[in-house]
Amino acid sequence: MAVGAQVIIGEEAATRKDEELEGSGASAQELITLNHVHKIYQMGDVEIHALRGVSLHIKPGEFVAIMGASGSGKSTTMNILGCLDKPTKGHYYLEGQDVSKLTKDELADIRNRKIGFVFQGFNLLARTTAIENVELPLLYLGAKHSERIKRATECLELVGLGQRLHNMPNQLSGGQQQRVAIARALVNQPSIILADEPTGNLDSRTSIEVMGVFQYLNRERGITVALVTHEPDIAQYAKRVVVFKDGKIKRDYLVDDPRSASEELESLPPVDVDETEDDE
Amino acid sequence: MNLLLTFKIALKALSRNKMRSMLTMLGIIIGVGAVIAMIAIGQGASSQIQSQIAQLGNNMLFVMAGSSRTGGMRGGSGSTNTLTVEDSEAIARECPSVRMTTPGVRAGGQLVFGNQNWSASSGIMGVNENFPDIRSWPVTSGEFFTEGDVRTSARVCVIGKTVADNLFAGVDPIGQTMRIRNLPFRVIGVLSTKGQGQFGNDQDDTVMVPYTTAQKKMLTITYINQVMVSAISPSATFTAENQISDLLRQRHKLGPNQEDDFFVRNLTDVAEAADQSSKIMINLLASIAGVSLMVGGIGIMNIMLVSVTERTREIGIRMAIGARSKVIRRQFLIESITLSFVGGLIGVLFGVAAAITISRTLSWPTLISPASIFISVIFSMLVGILFGYYPARKAASLDPIDALRYE
Repeated sequence: MAVGAQVIIGEEAATRKDEELEGSGASAQELITLNHVHKIYQMGDVEIHALRGVSLHIKPGEFVAIMGASGSGKSTTMNILGCLDKPTKGHYYLEGQDVSKLTKDELADIRNRKIGFVFQGFNLLARTTAIENVELPLLYLGAKHSERIKRATECLELVGLGQRLHNMPNQLSGGQQQRVAIARALVNQPSIILADEPTGNLDSRTSIEVMGVFQYLNRERGITVALVTHEPDIAQYAKRVVVFKDGKIKRDYLVDDPRSASEELESLPPVDVDETEDDE
Repeated sequence: MNLLLTFKIALKALSRNKMRSMLTMLGIIIGVGAVIAMIAIGQGASSQIQSQIAQLGNNMLFVMAGSSRTGGMRGGSGSTNTLTVEDSEAIARECPSVRMTTPGVRAGGQLVFGNQNWSASSGIMGVNENFPDIRSWPVTSGEFFTEGDVRTSARVCVIGKTVADNLFAGVDPIGQTMRIRNLPFRVIGVLSTKGQGQFGNDQDDTVMVPYTTAQKKMLTITYINQVMVSAISPSATFTAENQISDLLRQRHKLGPNQEDDFFVRNLTDVAEAADQSSKIMINLLASIAGVSLMVGGIGIMNIMLVSVTERTREIGIRMAIGARSKVIRRQFLIESITLSFVGGLIGVLFGVAAAITISRTLSWPTLISPASIFISVIFSMLVGILFGYYPARKAASLDPIDALRYE
């Protein structure tokens, strides 16, 4: 009896979810659905309308570049996508779940399990080894020590830092630090990686390398990537570009022929054969 | 997210900045160290006073003969001869709070051994075999005289250390014959060193003989000068005082309007006053040290607040990758508790070291009590919780977006 009751409840819940999704226009196979999202900041007496009805749909496996001038609303969108902020109006469905009404703690858990962040300033913990930085999300997930070490090592190897597990951030170059940050974003096997100006602090060659890592993860591992950038060059590595202006989406188009970071790197002269060795 | 993991995160965060952690702990280290050292000094002083009290005797009271009155003229204390051996025995027998007594007969006179002679400044005392027990004053060599010696008025004596040193320089006094007031006495024991008395007199400059010998062979008197009484416990000295007083008034047939012809002096009185003042000193020292512990706690709060500001970005990162505010709050709280607890432990070591150094260099007595260690460590942890809570709450209330953007 108890089992039967549970099944019914389960079915009911599933039905309700479907209805909700249909009603909101979100489809089950979409990873991210923003529905008429508004964001209004209250700065003293002044209201700042940062987002004015943004609707965005991202499917699993996409590589989206979000562009726009500062103040266009791209950072606000990123914060909402990253569950760091909640929309004032409208709905945000992440893997079918409406996260716009969750509590702070529930949002923290979503960030921990489903979202990987890569920041412009790397944002690694100082005086903390690469592997300790990478295992941090697992620590908050409550994973066992052996599991943490195993997965952190795997992720660092994936971004090509298998030899740098125990280096401190200040012993690593900018590109390497950003790769540690990417490994940290990957370690919880998130649904999506959100990168906020990941190449903003890097020179052009290192930028290409980092974009190469994103392209590899997207192409070979099927990981969904959304990245914010104001550099049109960088946006060309993505498969799709979304341009924001004045709190609205101005353009949303597929890139005909995305640039390939790995091919470009091959054609570049091998200035620093192994960047990882000359930096200490 | 269990507590153990949070604890690990906090420890890692602390070990990342060892210098700051050490400086933060310094306040608590000094505070706890001060508490331990101060209490050790205070209790050392207190226990020294207590051992001095114990030296006075075993819960001791003196009964002195009172002043005589001849016509209108009053003599000094001890000038009457109304106190008797029977009084001494009756006190021991009939006062429930009294453990034992000895009569005391004072005499003076020259001591002679061979070609040396000496006058004992604390005089010659006639007592019975209970004396070493009542005064807590055992012999170091030989033995004290027995009940038999007292009964037979034997010419035996036990000498103080000063007499032994001066009269018997280089000779073992035991078994030697010396002359007291020209009477030959056999030395059967040497008393242990007692040191100075309450008025700076040398208590070791004395000779003990059976009181019967002193009465019959030296002074030819039948009365005694005093009774030394040992009560059954320190608190019993007060009831003993009343019981003795009542008994002696009855034995001396004193009417309700007549003055006592004796004095009862309770040494515990004096002792307790001294003990009380040493306790006040402990409390004073401990409260001064407690204030410094408090200041240490405020130091922790200061550093933790600075640390929250300095680590705003770190907090933002932790929140972005999924730390709940509760976990952040716990982390900072555990950090401050760890700082204060470890600081407390180091402080204990410092305090003990300081107490030992003080007692060695200044030769002050110190006594390190486990209770003071336990309490100050617990207290330092409480300080950590108390002063760590506000910074921890501040850290947990940060907005991750602002925290990440913080430069």
